[in-house]
Amino acid sequence: MEDTAIQKYTFKDFQSDQEVRWCPGCDDYVILRSMLKALPEMNVKREDVVFISGIGCSSRFPYYVNSYGMHSIHGRAPGIATGVKLANPNLSVWVITGDGDSMAIGGNHFIHMLRRNINLNVVLFNNEIYGLTKGQFSPTSLLGQKTKSSPYGNTQPPFQPGELAIGAQARFFARIGGNNPKDMSDLFVQAEKFKGTSLIEVLQNCVIFNDGCYTHYTDKEVKEDKQIFLEHGKPMIFGKNMDKGLMLNGLKLKVVTIGEEGITKEDLLIHDAKESDPTLHQMLIRSTYPLATGNIRSVDELSFEDREMQLTEQVRTKSPFKKVDDLLFSGETYEVK
Amino acid sequence: MDTHSKTPQSTENIEQIEGVVIRFVGDSGDGMQLTGTQFTDTSAMFGNDIATFPNYPAEIRAPQGSLYGVSGYQVHIGSSEVSTPGDDLDLLVAMNPAGLKTNIASLKAGHMVIVDLDSFSKKNLEKAFYDTNPLEDGSLNNYRVIEVDMTSLTKECLKDLPLDNKSVLRSKNMFALGMVYWMYHRSMEHTLDFFAKKFKGKELLAEANTKVLKAGYFYAETLELIPNSYTIAPSKMPKGIYKIVNGNTATAWGLLAASEKSGLELYLGSYPITPATDILHELVKHRHFGVKAFQAEDEIAGICSSIGASFAGDLAVTTTSGPGLALKGEALGLAMIEELPLVVIDVQRGGPSTGLPTKTEQSDLLQALFGRNGESPVIVVAASTPANCFDMAFQAAKLAVEHMTPVILLTDGYIANGSEPWKIKSVNDLEPINPPILKEATPDWHPYARNQDSLARNWAIPGTKGLEHRIGGLEKDKTSGNVSYDPENHEFMTDIRAEKVKRVANYIPELTVDGAQEGDLLVVGWGGTYGSLHSAVKGISDEGYKVGHVHFNYINPMPKNTAAVFAKFKRIVVCELNKGQMAYVLRANYPQFTYVQYNKIQGLPFSVGDLNKKFKNLIANN
Repeated sequence: MEDTAIQKYTFKDFQSDQEVRWCPGCDDYVILRSMLKALPEMNVKREDVVFISGIGCSSRFPYYVNSYGMHSIHGRAPGIATGVKLANPNLSVWVITGDGDSMAIGGNHFIHMLRRNINLNVVLFNNEIYGLTKGQFSPTSLLGQKTKSSPYGNTQPPFQPGELAIGAQARFFARIGGNNPKDMSDLFVQAEKFKGTSLIEVLQNCVIFNDGCYTHYTDKEVKEDKQIFLEHGKPMIFGKNMDKGLMLNGLKLKVVTIGEEGITKEDLLIHDAKESDPTLHQMLIRSTYPLATGNIRSVDELSFEDREMQLTEQVRTKSPFKKVDDLLFSGETYEVK
Repeated sequence: MDTHSKTPQSTENIEQIEGVVIRFVGDSGDGMQLTGTQFTDTSAMFGNDIATFPNYPAEIRAPQGSLYGVSGYQVHIGSSEVSTPGDDLDLLVAMNPAGLKTNIASLKAGHMVIVDLDSFSKKNLEKAFYDTNPLEDGSLNNYRVIEVDMTSLTKECLKDLPLDNKSVLRSKNMFALGMVYWMYHRSMEHTLDFFAKKFKGKELLAEANTKVLKAGYFYAETLELIPNSYTIAPSKMPKGIYKIVNGNTATAWGLLAASEKSGLELYLGSYPITPATDILHELVKHRHFGVKAFQAEDEIAGICSSIGASFAGDLAVTTTSGPGLALKGEALGLAMIEELPLVVIDVQRGGPSTGLPTKTEQSDLLQALFGRNGESPVIVVAASTPANCFDMAFQAAKLAVEHMTPVILLTDGYIANGSEPWKIKSVNDLEPINPPILKEATPDWHPYARNQDSLARNWAIPGTKGLEHRIGGLEKDKTSGNVSYDPENHEFMTDIRAEKVKRVANYIPELTVDGAQEGDLLVVGWGGTYGSLHSAVKGISDEGYKVGHVHFNYINPMPKNTAAVFAKFKRIVVCELNKGQMAYVLRANYPQFTYVQYNKIQGLPFSVGDLNKKFKNLIANN
């Protein structure tokens, strides 16, 4: 981004002229609005923004953003986005995917993208169901869940996306409820700033096929008591009255109440998103009470494309070859006279 | 030492010959490929024309002495045009009984086989399933057998050097090479230089190999048992600077040349697969040209990353072999409907499924033409010789970017690993490549607006202000590129995508006929069989037969004069290393002609001798 004067954009500048076609009441609308609000805050030119999606309800997303975009094929957005980023590392490249797209058919690409730590921003719409194919269980559906393809109950245990991601060496993982646009926008901006693969899991309600799958965490009445919103360097505290917190009890997280058993705010764990050892991050991801949201992990490390570019520069400086002819006419040649 | 040769002659007997076909065989760890390439390079520098055929097992180090672990390298050198590695052998060098057993049938009667006598132990004979020792039971009476205690002589020669036994044994291939150098009057200079470079910092190994090579050379010179030595005069090739290339290297270089010529950075998304991986191996070396070679997690990620790179404005390539092309099918359809340029290289091998990974075949043609869902024609081209891979890789890249479409380039294991002299082409002398990149927004721009002649759309690359747009795998409106389910628009788009590929015929060369321009028989081939068909047609043309040969480099679309050429011959025979895939395509495209098929599917190239017989037979029964 050589041109320093980046135009000040608004929400509308990133809105495309295409009619949005998700079901009324779908959390996808919230995610789209949060993104359209976040994009002008990122200090990136509109022509440098690229959205790549796979297949599924979420994957229609690129059509609704006025930037460059590609609605590709099922599960393969990480591969395509990798090519875009390697071809032009100046671009801000986003992957839009769902739980079926990234955890099932695209599982292989998903883990390798994270392992490499290429600087992509990935928004994972997790609604624990296949929406576009009308209601089959996904790799994040619950055991016993009744769906169109599991009328007697799902017998396949689910993935926890964050757990899988950290197993694949994810350096950035955030999670947010689909009904929380403000924090979601903030996390999108953080993801863009992070130089490596940033994964944001959005707990997205599907009003048609899996309605209410997150209400016990995300409903207005319960969310403060059931969720902990993590911020780097701040104590792990939650609850309507901000009187609950997390401590370690041996190798487990323990929910404590401030003021009980002599526990004070100072006794609570301080969230360290930048700790490279993922043990505590994994515990937070697995916790069912409270459900951890916010920026759970954000560990700085050289990105894949930076490694690539550095190596290329090194090789280029030492190489005797400047033009392809230098190569073609080098080595063991002989002349026929 | 025993020999089957009857009358030992003086080493002063030097015979001038036209050409020779030599095969070096041994265990897959015996260094036969190295031995073969050294002989090849030395002969090339001497000025001979050359064709080579490495033939090795899929196993990296198969059990020693086993029949399936035999690795071979065949080289044909000549003083006139050489277009195949040759059918039958003039000389066989067999480093063990298994090599002898699996290759002796290819040796011409009365010709020479050199064996390492030390390797003919009871154990090795058993491993090769010999009940009796072929050196003793008379089964080799039709050949001139030269038995050499190669292992002992190598050991003896190196006894003063502080080397472990393994390193000593590994240099015995150089003894064989030394002998063959003497027999064919080759200088050892090139190989001695090679040792100096290869073993830089390991002077002991350089010294050992040098000693053994020379020992072999002088052994042959003093051995009266080798009755003749031969010279093969330099071939009359066009003037120029040459080097020996194999098809995979030439393919990689063709892509590099296209990248420089087009001003586009080269991007390769690939996954290792035999026999295509050497293209990846070559391109990863060339970061200095800005090459981005990405080894992906699988075939699908390989092509998908290339599609992403193409969207972002690189010259994007993916390389694979048959099973990988199957995996890439869906993504290729995406590139096709998005009308993004993409070069897909399929180095064909024996199929179906895993098939014969290290052997050659031409059985991916129909997959290349039709192996996608929906109506999804792409340009399909094929390379005909190792050096021609350079030209066709360049052409594939040019067609892809100028016509904004995927192009499949078919090569095969035979030309990918085979090598021949290449008259080096300077990038300056290659045709220009003009990618239709849009640099800035114009008021009437639409993502799917087209060039009226080629029907190619413009390339609007992320990062360009004002050209923000979305593409994807859903059917798109004929102008805006937005999603469209309109029935008539779908038919229009289907037709125009097909028409765009069809019109490529206006941009490719017409067929040229080798040999008779009209007559009794037209031999039709495509891809890597060029050398065999060319040799066979030349051979029988010299005998006075009215035979022509056309070879397709461009298969979809076909050259515009195809029907006109076919009409000039009484019979047409389509020769392929498959069960008749090109014949099937020709019957569909040009049903007015009758096609005879000649097919072989053994993982091996055509034999020129067999082709000769077939062609004469067809003419006789016209």
